[in-house]
Amino acid sequence: MAKFTRGFAGRGREARDPRLPPGQYDTDNQWPVLTAEVTPKHETASWSFTVDGLVEREVTWTWDEIHALPPASFEGDIHCVTTWSKLGVTFSGVSVDTLLQAARPLPNATHVLARSHTGYTTNLPLADVTGGRAWVVWDYEGHPLPREHGGPARLLVPHLYFWKSAKWVSGLAVLDHDEQGFWEVNGYHDRGDPWLEQRYQGD
Amino acid sequence: MWQTATVVAIKNETRNAKTFRFALAEPSRHLAGQHYVVRLTAPDGYTAARSYSVASAPDGSNEFELTVERLDGGEVSTFLHDVVVIGDELEVQGPIGGWFVWTADAPALLVGGGSGLVPLMAMLRLARRTQNSHLVRLVVSVRSPSDLYYAAELHGPEVNVVYTREAPSSSARPTGRLTGADIRQPLVPDATAYVCGAPGFADAASELLVGLGQPLHRIRVERFGPTG
Repeated sequence: MAKFTRGFAGRGREARDPRLPPGQYDTDNQWPVLTAEVTPKHETASWSFTVDGLVEREVTWTWDEIHALPPASFEGDIHCVTTWSKLGVTFSGVSVDTLLQAARPLPNATHVLARSHTGYTTNLPLADVTGGRAWVVWDYEGHPLPREHGGPARLLVPHLYFWKSAKWVSGLAVLDHDEQGFWEVNGYHDRGDPWLEQRYQGD
Repeated sequence: MWQTATVVAIKNETRNAKTFRFALAEPSRHLAGQHYVVRLTAPDGYTAARSYSVASAPDGSNEFELTVERLDGGEVSTFLHDVVVIGDELEVQGPIGGWFVWTADAPALLVGGGSGLVPLMAMLRLARRTQNSHLVRLVVSVRSPSDLYYAAELHGPEVNVVYTREAPSSSARPTGRLTGADIRQPLVPDATAYVCGAPGFADAASELLVGLGQPLHRIRVERFGPTG
């Protein structure tokens, strides 16, 4: 049970949007940038995305090849562990289901480690990136995804805190175990469900 | 995971920044560059939490300092500034972060903009406390002298303050944004660069470092977002 803070009433609860998980606020028209690295410049001509690890066949797509796959979009909300949420946003790209179906994970696969062209990594249970819950996206609100937000393409796993949605994504390694990524090694939660406030290791 | 921290001192840094000194029941195990989360809880259970960088150097004590910029409309920062007094107990979680940290064991160039100075100050204080000042150079960019945190303590041979709008008369450098010339000399070989500030500053400073040949893997960036 949390301890009350002297003099703190909080504000705006009567108008609180039910789409906001606990401890989050609506950033409205802003989209804060949070990255631990220098914002990279990646050319789509040399861009690629690979699914490897415990798969029947390793598959790599070029920028043109991934765009030739069946398109998929997400409309909904995103939640950053630093407590902002952005409601009612639209991203377009391709479903991770489509990518995994091409590579065919082996029966013992349980997790993936997403990686970026910068070397950033983040771990996810396989169940969190399948079943229409994860995408590789390159359009935001109908326009190319800005570089500072992960363009040309980023992972999108909107039902988890947004550090799981790796910017400048370059591939997924399919694993039979959980392997911590960049923020997870540095104290952040292995799964990161915003509705359970899984922000830090031990939450 | 949540600990109770008692406010034991409050100090004004600038017109809109205060440093809060907290005491825990046990030693704070923070490293220079890490942050704590502060959580406020209303009687009906509503909570609001924000992360704030630690400004004090690790010293093995059970106390640590957070410097908080007051953001208009910021639910947590305005409460801390306007309501909290010495003796209040707040809930904190941390220390958090293992990437943007410096442990006084390798050369470092610290580049901060405005309130981005806070975690870098913990690093500078650690360097000075452990007689490792030769390992660090700090370049901080602020609008004017009245916007500079820790002004009485900051200045030293390892520190260079860049004023963007208004400079003290003693400053030889014309006012203006941070340039490559401001960081070329303090960027010693093998240094890891720690860049902290608002996103625009962090990107600009990072690009200056890249332009000076600093390898990407030796640039660590902490962006302060509008998280009031």
